[in-house]
Amino acid sequence: MPVSDMQLILETAGSLKEILTREIKKVPTLRGKSIVTLFYEPSTRTRTSFEMAGKYMSADTSSITVATSSVVKGESLKDTALTIQAMGADMVIMRHSVSGSCHFLARILDCSVVNAGDGMHEHPSQGLLDMFTIQQHKGGHLEGLKVAIIGDVQHSRVARSNIWGLTKMGADVHVAGPATLIPPEIEQIPGVTAHDRVEDAIRGADVVNVLRLQRERQQKGLFPTIREYSRIYGVNRERLALAKDDVTVMHPGPMNRGVEITSEVADSDHAVIEEQVTNGVAIRMALLYLLLGGAEA
Amino acid sequence: MANKGSNFDTTVLIKGGRVVDPSQGLDLAGADVLIVDGKVAKVGAGVAVHPAAKGARVIDAAGLVVTPGLIDMHTHLRDPGFEYKEDIVSGTRAAAHGGFTTICSMPNTNPVPDNQAIVRYIRQKAAAAGYCNVYPIGAVSKGSKGEEMAEIGDMVLEGAVAFSDDGLPVWNSELMRQALTYAKPFGAPIISHSEDKSLAEGGQMHEGYWSMVLGLRGIPAAAEEVMIARDLILAELTGGHIHVAHVSTRGSVDLIRRAKERAKRVAETAAAGGHGRPFRVTAECTPNHVTLTDKAVYDSKYDTNTKVNPPLRTGDDVAALKEALADGTIDVIASDHAPHHFDEKDVEYSYAPNGLSCIEVSLALAITALVEPGVLTLPQLVDRMTTAPARVLGLKGKGSLAPGSDGDVTVLDPKARVKVDLSTWYSKGKNAPYQGFELVGQAIHTVLGGRLVMEDGVLRA
Repeated sequence: MPVSDMQLILETAGSLKEILTREIKKVPTLRGKSIVTLFYEPSTRTRTSFEMAGKYMSADTSSITVATSSVVKGESLKDTALTIQAMGADMVIMRHSVSGSCHFLARILDCSVVNAGDGMHEHPSQGLLDMFTIQQHKGGHLEGLKVAIIGDVQHSRVARSNIWGLTKMGADVHVAGPATLIPPEIEQIPGVTAHDRVEDAIRGADVVNVLRLQRERQQKGLFPTIREYSRIYGVNRERLALAKDDVTVMHPGPMNRGVEITSEVADSDHAVIEEQVTNGVAIRMALLYLLLGGAEA
Repeated sequence: MANKGSNFDTTVLIKGGRVVDPSQGLDLAGADVLIVDGKVAKVGAGVAVHPAAKGARVIDAAGLVVTPGLIDMHTHLRDPGFEYKEDIVSGTRAAAHGGFTTICSMPNTNPVPDNQAIVRYIRQKAAAAGYCNVYPIGAVSKGSKGEEMAEIGDMVLEGAVAFSDDGLPVWNSELMRQALTYAKPFGAPIISHSEDKSLAEGGQMHEGYWSMVLGLRGIPAAAEEVMIARDLILAELTGGHIHVAHVSTRGSVDLIRRAKERAKRVAETAAAGGHGRPFRVTAECTPNHVTLTDKAVYDSKYDTNTKVNPPLRTGDDVAALKEALADGTIDVIASDHAPHHFDEKDVEYSYAPNGLSCIEVSLALAITALVEPGVLTLPQLVDRMTTAPARVLGLKGKGSLAPGSDGDVTVLDPKARVKVDLSTWYSKGKNAPYQGFELVGQAIHTVLGGRLVMEDGVLRA
């Protein structure tokens, strides 16, 4: 995504966020537009966030979850998507466990397709909302900031989307985690530095973004125990003290308290985890507006 | 068509072409090839006046190159069991269209050819179709399960020429050892599908920068290399013949190069009465792996037709494969033609099967990637696609235009410019990432046992 597009989305989110503070949170911008969320993986915040973003702008939203759909009867993604489109959807928002699935969907459908997270590839709206949140806390800019991303970078679409966005906007990204969860090629991305020790990534950071640890990674043998992970790679108060005094702490959720992040840190004044959720709605409103409503507005 | 004589169907005079026959070191301009009763009778200038040429069908090869019939020693015909992907008729038609007169069918069918009945079925069906010779590659183990050795000797008697559990590695080292030992007296190589399944598990593409960017689980080069290393060591232990299929990495090339040097030293020592048992190492690579890199997955936005096993590797690996083809470390170019049904590839990337259909552009891909940039001379390329595979497999009468050889000939235009149009393919599998590619080189005519099978790029029946 070009920098100009990211800036447009971030600016649009900035002006739409105001709607969320109104007493009557409803504008008619997307009246008559229908949006379908198609989620092949469980999700609380992302799906609800997209749906509420649509509703605040008067779009009609429907959601399909795999467990209650024809997918359990063996219907392919292609046929499911064509069926949704045939019902008149203007936009399909999909989450899928396979990287690249949204590219596949976009080839099949004529309507807009929004990626709500595909495998280990990307989670663009999360990346954008993280950037939006950082901007709001760091005087409106991202350039020159030191952002630490801690945890399972290897399997994280959130990490990838953050890295692409932040480095393009001029931030320095530092990653750290168990060596089995940090892809060695990550440093080939300009602006990214990998560290063996979490402390080195956090030292002097403006922002610490803590990734969710999926417990199945331990079962696959990528690190020995949750206990060891928490001791060596968890973000706790002592480690956070190495960052700048005004450090901002983020987490995409859902959190494993006491594993990748301690409650002390998650509940501290540095943490902006709920604000990320609010900003997520604003970012998604911006995306829907720019894709569906921009022409008429 | 008018018949000028009773032997018209199997007696052919191919006139005035550049005749390239690596088996004899021949490269003759303006020469003729005369095939009488299905066998090569004479090659050279002025053969046209030979008495046996009277009444022969005449093929004008002026401006074209005449070679021994092309051989593809790694083709998936999918028959029996997966005829919706390809069958012996469609697959041999596709092969003929690609300029091949001989192919070897891979055994990952259902049932697998682990006994003489299936081998005979493949042979007979291919012979009845009559487009291309087919030599089956039998399974190493019963059911390709990697447990008990299949009836290797019985299959050889029915025409199988090599053994492999292709698609699966022979994970059991002891079984691989016994197969190499047992197959040796039959003159049949064991073909190694080199893949450590635990390292490759879940992998969708080459492990490297692009897999990191795309968020696809990677298959490290090491998954191939550790298995090749094992099989090379077992070849030396047994004195057997290992043939390494679809080599794709620089590390693999290095291992094979060293093993070949070692095999040469051991053979010299043994010949001088010293210690050691001669063993044999040969290898192949596909035209796909010298044409595309792992970046193709990114450039194509996850086109499932870029998904193949072994995966497309890096530019450095491509360079290593080219060096290896030039210095002979890799003996053979083989297509690994792997047709799949459209529906199977029209899914999310991770759900798509591995493999791409390519036998109809294998020659063009090889000429474009190897001859055009000067990696191989044209005679070297012809060697890698005719004489070399015949030598690896011990195919008598194939890969040569020496008098008495089978009358299998390919007439090709190495300078033809072709734009790939999948809709013209004879294969059922259109799963190739090459639509619209502009390639150089084309097979124009194929002659099979003296019979004209393809004329001007079109099959005659």
